[in-house]
This record gives sequence, structure tokens and C-alpha cells, in this order.
Amino acid sequence: MINQSIDGFLHPDVSNSVDQIFVNAKQWLLGLLSWLTNAPGWVIQVASSLINIFALLFVFLTLFALMSVLERKILGRIQNRYGPNRVGPFGLLQPVADGIKMLIKEDIIPARSDKLMHFLAPILIAAAAILALGVIPYGRNMTPFTIDGGILFFFAVGSTTELAVFMAGWGSNNKFSMLGAMRAIAQMISYELPLIITVLPVVMVVGSLTPDRMVAAQAGYTFGLVPRWFVFTPWGATAFILFFVSGLVESNRTPFDVPEGESEIVAGHMTEYSGFKYATFFMAEYIGMFAITGLAATLFLGGWRSPVQMLEFIPSYIWFFAKLSALLFVYIWLRGTLPRTRIDQIMNFAWKFMLPMSFTCVIAAAVWHYAGRGLRGWLWSFVVIAIVYTALSMLLDTQRKFAPRTYRFAE
Amino acid sequence: MSSVAFVLIAVLTLAAALAAATLQKLMHATLSFALTFVGVAALFFLLGAEFVGLALIFVYIGAVAVLVVFTILLTRRDVGKDRGANWGGAFLAVAMFGGLTWAILKTQSVAIAAPHIRALTVRRIGEALMTSYVWPLQCVGLLLTAALIGALVLVMEEKQ
Amino acid sequence: MLQVVLIVSAALFSTGLLAALSRRHAIFILIGIEMMLGAANLNFIAFWRFSPQSQPPTGIMIAIFSIAIAAAEAAVGLALVIAVYRHYRTTNVDHLNQLKG
Repeated sequence: MINQSIDGFLHPDVSNSVDQIFVNAKQWLLGLLSWLTNAPGWVIQVASSLINIFALLFVFLTLFALMSVLERKILGRIQNRYGPNRVGPFGLLQPVADGIKMLIKEDIIPARSDKLMHFLAPILIAAAAILALGVIPYGRNMTPFTIDGGILFFFAVGSTTELAVFMAGWGSNNKFSMLGAMRAIAQMISYELPLIITVLPVVMVVGSLTPDRMVAAQAGYTFGLVPRWFVFTPWGATAFILFFVSGLVESNRTPFDVPEGESEIVAGHMTEYSGFKYATFFMAEYIGMFAITGLAATLFLGGWRSPVQMLEFIPSYIWFFAKLSALLFVYIWLRGTLPRTRIDQIMNFAWKFMLPMSFTCVIAAAVWHYAGRGLRGWLWSFVVIAIVYTALSMLLDTQRKFAPRTYRFAE
Repeated sequence: MSSVAFVLIAVLTLAAALAAATLQKLMHATLSFALTFVGVAALFFLLGAEFVGLALIFVYIGAVAVLVVFTILLTRRDVGKDRGANWGGAFLAVAMFGGLTWAILKTQSVAIAAPHIRALTVRRIGEALMTSYVWPLQCVGLLLTAALIGALVLVMEEKQ
Repeated sequence: MLQVVLIVSAALFSTGLLAALSRRHAIFILIGIEMMLGAANLNFIAFWRFSPQSQPPTGIMIAIFSIAIAAAEAAVGLALVIAVYRHYRTTNVDHLNQLKG
């Protein structure tokens, strides 16, 4: 009853006991359950799924709590100040204080709002974000649910977020909420296309939609040194950067947080929400971020594989969470460094630059595959990407001349 | 076990479809429409066609429902309300349902139970799309491009 | 068992017909048509499931193409509704009777 995909695919790699500790613990628990209760087969399956779900929720809600305080501390350090440091050692118990504050706040609902939609919107957004976490492989044999079309499931669930954002904006009976919701939906729809098309080269090269197979296809090391991750190929590097930026936009993070612009339209579609519902929106945004970075690590960075052959004894889930943390740190770094872009700049960028570049990645991956997957393929696909990139940068020149930059310091 | 699930999902789907056809508030009807298609996708999952179910969620709820919502917002002059069902339409729909059910129950060749089938992998669908169905695939691509350009031309505001 | 699925699909089709016939807002007529297409897809998948498997899974293919075509048709239909609204300032199909003889 180990998680098998539809054609019985199991990783044949070395499975030492620390690596498989969670899988073995789950098997032991299920064995205990069936011995104690002598239940029919389908009860054991339901129990197995429930254990997966609880483990997933436990890990990611803890990570969410930790990340909310770590983000504020890292942002603080970038801005040359301490972050929260009063509650607990180094401020690490801040999420507890935040949670208590959110829970005891009064739940205000606007008087003439649409009560059902106002209530359902945060639930739907959070549900979509958590569902998307279920198909990512977190370690060797540690995918919660192996579905044959795993990547398609991820994106289908992510696309229901747009409707829920609209429900939040409409149900608040507030013109600014509506405006924020429309902007958010326009931004999310525009960037869904580059997001999905940059995944296409990986799907083409691997030949399957299951994330497990994508991790399996990134095994081995060239020259014994460099791992065969897709990010080390030209089309993979470009696709990774495009996927990463599209993920930033999909989760409404700075520099693309026009829908949440705190200085512009209060909080966009989340304006009329207080207390626990606001915390749910917040949680859904962070869990969406985890899902996108988890998928980026799986598709391009080799999932739970280690980068150096010497260090393969370190368990697979530790490598996965290390990569996840590195990508999340880059997200926080970007938030602290870059200013907000305008909505028309965001749209132009999506349709005029990112879409052609993502199509180029697909062509470059095909060129890489058919020129043999070695040095010749590398060079030819790099040439394809370089040609399109230079053509696009020449065509999209904004023809504006900037004044030379002057610095003024306090005397 | 799966027939209990089937009955529940079918009841949910039909209730949501009825709500979408008769509710007076436009936004509620649109969201019931989205819920109907969640139910239909769940039925597809039960019948073993997971790829089609996921494509249905992706296209209908992620795209068509959002389009409908935007169009409602762009074409209203007051708070959205619409008249629900009327008697002529209801009679015709019930007559159609009665006729179809009579035809289904009378046909002996569809009174069969579910055979065991191989699980349908995405690989088989891909192989079929690229070998036997490659011409329809190209035609659908052309059709979608034409629809995209046509929709854009229809709603573009004329420059004065 | 197949009869049950077909009856569900017939009910969904009739509900779509109800929506298409009795609504006055143009968008909801389109929604009714989409529901009828969804019911037809359900029919195709049900017949695929209960039939001897052919090598290219025909029912699945038809359903996939039908979803794509329905999406294209919804897009163009909604664009038409917006264009008509801009001209006549109404979406009530009872008032769009300029071509009446």
C-alpha cells in the first residue's frame, strides 16, 4: 500500500531507514489499525488518505506560521531594523500572538453585502491552495496523492482561485473591492498562460504529467559533478525564471501586488474582511506560494534529489525543504527590494514579453532533444533563446530616454 | 461504495443545475453554473476519465465562468435580477426529460453493468491525439485562433 | 447502471433546455446551452466507459474536442452579447426585435 501511481511506479533507489522514516511509520500505523479493528479494505484506504492529509496540513500550517514571522524579520533586516523580537526568543512566537489577535477580533460583515458569497470566498481560496499541495512529491515515495495527470490537477485547482477572488470582491458590496478583484483577476488570467506554457517543455522532455516521473527523470550527474536538473539546460533556466516570475504574480506578491496595494486601494478584494477570514486569505496566499515554489523545485530543481553525489545520505525531504526555503527566501528578498509595478506595465510584460519567451522555451526544448541531449543540443537551444530574446528586446524598446541619475545625501 | 458517491454527486449536480436555471439573482445563478460543472467533473472522475474531468474544471470553471461573470458586470444597468422559469419552458423541459427517460428505459441494449477496463493513462490520450486524431487537433487549434480574434474584434471599441 | 448515468445526463440536458427557453437575459441562454453540451459530454463518456475498449478511446476524444469547441463558442457568444449591449443598451432578448417582420 505504498503510494503507487497508476502503472505501479516506485522509486528503485536506495531507501535507507532515515529517508523512509515517515513512510514506514505510516505503514506501521495502518498495520496497527487493521490488526486492532479488522476493518475492510476501503476503510484502510480512507485511513491512509486521512493520515496523508493530516500530515500535510500539519507541516504546511506550521511552515506558514514560521514563514509569517521569518518574512517580517528578513524584511526588517533588509530595511536595517530588527523584525518582531518581543514575543518569545528572537520573536519566533509571534505567530501565536498574531493568531490570538485574529481569533478574538470582531467579525464585521457589511450590511448590504451578499452574505453567502462573502462567507464562501475565503473558504474556497484556502481550499484551492491546500488542494494544490497534494500532488507534489516531498521525498522519495512521499507524494500524498499520485494522480496520473498531476500537473493538470495542480493548474485546474489553481484556476478556480480566480472565481473565488471575484466572489470576495463582489460579495463585499464595495466599489474598491470590486475594482481590486477585477485587477486581481486580470493579472492572474494573464499570467496563467506563461505559467502553464513554461511547464510544457518539462512535460515534453519527460513524457509524462506526473510529478514523480519528473523527479525520476532528473537523476544522475554529468561528469559525476553537475546534477542533471532541468535548470542547468538553457531552456530549463529560461523556463525556470519565467515560471518563478509567473508564480510571483499568481500569488499577488510584490512587485506585483497591485490587487493588494496597501497604499492604493486599502486591501483590494480583502478590504471588508476582518479577523479570522482575513487570516484565511493571508494563509491562502502563503500556501499558494508554497505550492508554486514546491512545484518549481520539483520541475526544475530536481525535487528531492541532492545536488552533490557525496551528500546523498541526507534524507530526501530535507533536500526538498532546503530548496523550498531557498526559493521562499528569494521571494522575500524580492519583496523587500523592488517597488510596485503599475497594472498596465504588468499586462504589457505578460503579453508582449513572457508569452513569446515561453513559446521559445518550448521550441528550444524540442531543439535540445532532437540535437541529442548533449553539448550540441545545449548550444543550439541556447542560440534559439538568444535570438528571440535579442529580437524581443529590440522590438519592445520603450524609446524613453532617462535623465542621468543623481544622488543626494544628507549634509 | 462508489454508487453512494455517484448518487450524492448526481443529486448535487442536478440541484445546482436547477438553481442555475431558475435563480433570480444573476451572480448566484452563475456560481451555481460553476458548481454544476464541478459535479459533472466529479462524475467523470467516477467513470474513469480523469483527464477529461480536469480539462472540464480548467476550461469551464477557470475560463468560461470568469468570462460570464465579467460579461454580467459589463452589461448591467441596475442590480442584476432576472425572471426565473416560466410555465411554457418548464412544460417543454419536463416533456423532453420524460421522452428521453422513456427511450432509455425501453432500450434493452443499454441495460448493462460496468465492465472492467484498463485505466486510461494520459499517454494513451496523447498517442491517440497525435496519430489518429491529429487533423481534428489542428482544426480545433485553427478554430480557437479564429474565435480568439473574432471575440477581440467584436468587443474592441472603435477609435474615433 | 448505464441507464442511471444516461438518466442523469437526460435530466441535466432538460435543465439546460429549461434555462435556455425560459430566461430573458442573453447570457443565461448561453449558460443553458453550455449545460446541454455538458450533458452530451457526459453521455459520450458514459458510453465509452460501458463499451468494449477501442484502441483510440473515441468517446474521450470527442469529449475533449467538444469541451474545446464549447469554450470557443462561449467566448464568441459573450463577445456578441457585449457588442449588442453597447448598441441597444439592453440584454433582454425580448427587446431585441428589430428584425421582426
